[in-house]
Amino acid sequence: MEFLVASSIGLLTMCGTYLLLRGRTFPVVIGLALISYAVNVFLFAMGRLTINMPPILRDGVTEYTDPLPQALVLTAIVISFGMTALIVVLSIRAYLEIGNDHVDGRPVGAPSEAGDKN
Amino acid sequence: MGDWIVVPIVLPAVMAALIVLAVRHDIVLQRVFSITATVALVGVTLSLVVFANGHDPEMYALSDWPAPFGIVLVLDRLSAMMVFLTSLLGLGVVLFASSEWDQRGKHFHALFQFQLMGVNGAFLTGDVFNLFVFFEVLLIASYGLMLHGAGAERLKAGMQYVVINLTGSALFLLGVGMIYSVTGTLNMADLAIQVANVAPGDAALLRAGALVLLLVFCVKAALVPIHFWLPGTYANAPAPVAALFAIMTKVGAYSVLRVYSLAFGDMAGDMSWLAQPYLLPAALITLVLGMTGVLAAKRLNGLIAFSVIGSMGTLLTAIALFTPESIAAGLYYLLHSTFSAAALFLIADLVVSRRGQYGDSLHTAPTFHQSGFMAVLFFAGAIAMAGMPPLSGFLGKLQILDAARGSDAMVWIWAIILVTSLMCIIGFGRAGSVLFWKSASVEGEITVEGAKWPVLPIVAACGMLSGLVALTAFAGPITDYLHGVAEQVFNTSGYIQAVLGENALALLGR
Repeated sequence: MEFLVASSIGLLTMCGTYLLLRGRTFPVVIGLALISYAVNVFLFAMGRLTINMPPILRDGVTEYTDPLPQALVLTAIVISFGMTALIVVLSIRAYLEIGNDHVDGRPVGAPSEAGDKN
Repeated sequence: MGDWIVVPIVLPAVMAALIVLAVRHDIVLQRVFSITATVALVGVTLSLVVFANGHDPEMYALSDWPAPFGIVLVLDRLSAMMVFLTSLLGLGVVLFASSEWDQRGKHFHALFQFQLMGVNGAFLTGDVFNLFVFFEVLLIASYGLMLHGAGAERLKAGMQYVVINLTGSALFLLGVGMIYSVTGTLNMADLAIQVANVAPGDAALLRAGALVLLLVFCVKAALVPIHFWLPGTYANAPAPVAALFAIMTKVGAYSVLRVYSLAFGDMAGDMSWLAQPYLLPAALITLVLGMTGVLAAKRLNGLIAFSVIGSMGTLLTAIALFTPESIAAGLYYLLHSTFSAAALFLIADLVVSRRGQYGDSLHTAPTFHQSGFMAVLFFAGAIAMAGMPPLSGFLGKLQILDAARGSDAMVWIWAIILVTSLMCIIGFGRAGSVLFWKSASVEGEITVEGAKWPVLPIVAACGMLSGLVALTAFAGPITDYLHGVAEQVFNTSGYIQAVLGENALALLGR
């Protein structure tokens, strides 16, 4: 199970990083979503992987799973969900205002405007 | 005083909800509520500063859950000073925005109060995961503020700002996860104890987690090589928002100072002063790069944004030395650079709004309304940012140079700070002479619609400048106070005992 979880986190992060570095907003949004999934699973695994154990410590229970990462990951999921919604809306808005969906606002091959900025 | 610690977080939170729910249709009421709340916040945080000055660190346990199981807020001299700085800056910004900026989009005041809540929370919290949550609160509010009154350029810069910060948040969680997996705690005081007791086999993982966290804080503090989001964001943000963002980079610097002096400081054994070897070179390169950007900038707002990067480099150089003298000097510079960056962004907006179609491009243009008065304001802001006497930037840099005297890297620090100060003077001198001096000989006059003497914006800009004057005039007492702050930062056992009780230190070295 450790191998499965670790390699899936690695795969998600790898795909997410690749997509994050793309030039259009849609792959970037998907990349961010994949990275946030990878992070959530990673965070969940930080309390060690145990199966079929209660997450709450009671008298007489010696085997249990750490409840804190579950609480942390719940917070992280809520935040990353909200953020994904925000960035989707923002990308659509940027597409409508700028006229294309490139993260730096100009299509590939268009003349650089870096010279007259800042 | 105990319960008052939570007020700087609860007051803006309640106010933001009230503004968005009850008075969202009435801009005058929004302004009244927002300004009143910010004035009240200044009063509360001032009393916190006074209280913290005479006492040991004090803890507030949320819902009364005992540390390290619950989340705690900790008031010490450092956090009290930072929330006071935030509220003063917030007051200037809200006054500036209340003349006209807050009508260019919706919900400015609600987002502004949420931003204050997030920043205050980040300064007060004593828990690493809670720090993440408050980072998110302040970021979410800042996304809204950054895009306030949108426009293509601002949307483009805003998109990049959101993406970089979401990536930063993912890294923050990775770092937090790694640290938790080794130490089993996220309470900063408890972390300090656990880090000292960590098993040798786990040390590498803990070190990796701590360095990932350092990377995240450096994204916030705009340190090279992850500074690239700042110029676009600050130059394209609405002016009052850019001024408010002057405190956001300081949140990163504060987090570096707090976490890496408390948990990875003197007591951490092998991991003592973990951040230092990475932070100092990065800070010096940031300083060079920022001031080079000041020389190269072709727009006024870009120029100021690059000078903010440079000032973050100076600040983190002082912090990276991690000695009581350098921390005190760095904190003085922190106060100074917050006010000077905010003042410059506000003054730049006053200038830009008067230049009409010429905007903030650094080209000669016909003279504009109140050109002489604006030149005086800009000159004061520029000499403050460049670190020239008589304003506080000079004293700040002098203290940092003095604190660096015993360091191995003294030659580098002195050379780079002095040379980059010259670059900053040249950059601002050139911008000022193009905007005011050379433009004075151009035929004609620019006329723009609007109030001839907008009272609130000018009061706000002058207020920021008078903050600098006060820092200079009361440099003696303020420096004494900051030495007390630095002393408390280094007295980590006082902080740990405040959070975990008197007997906590017995757990060390068990």
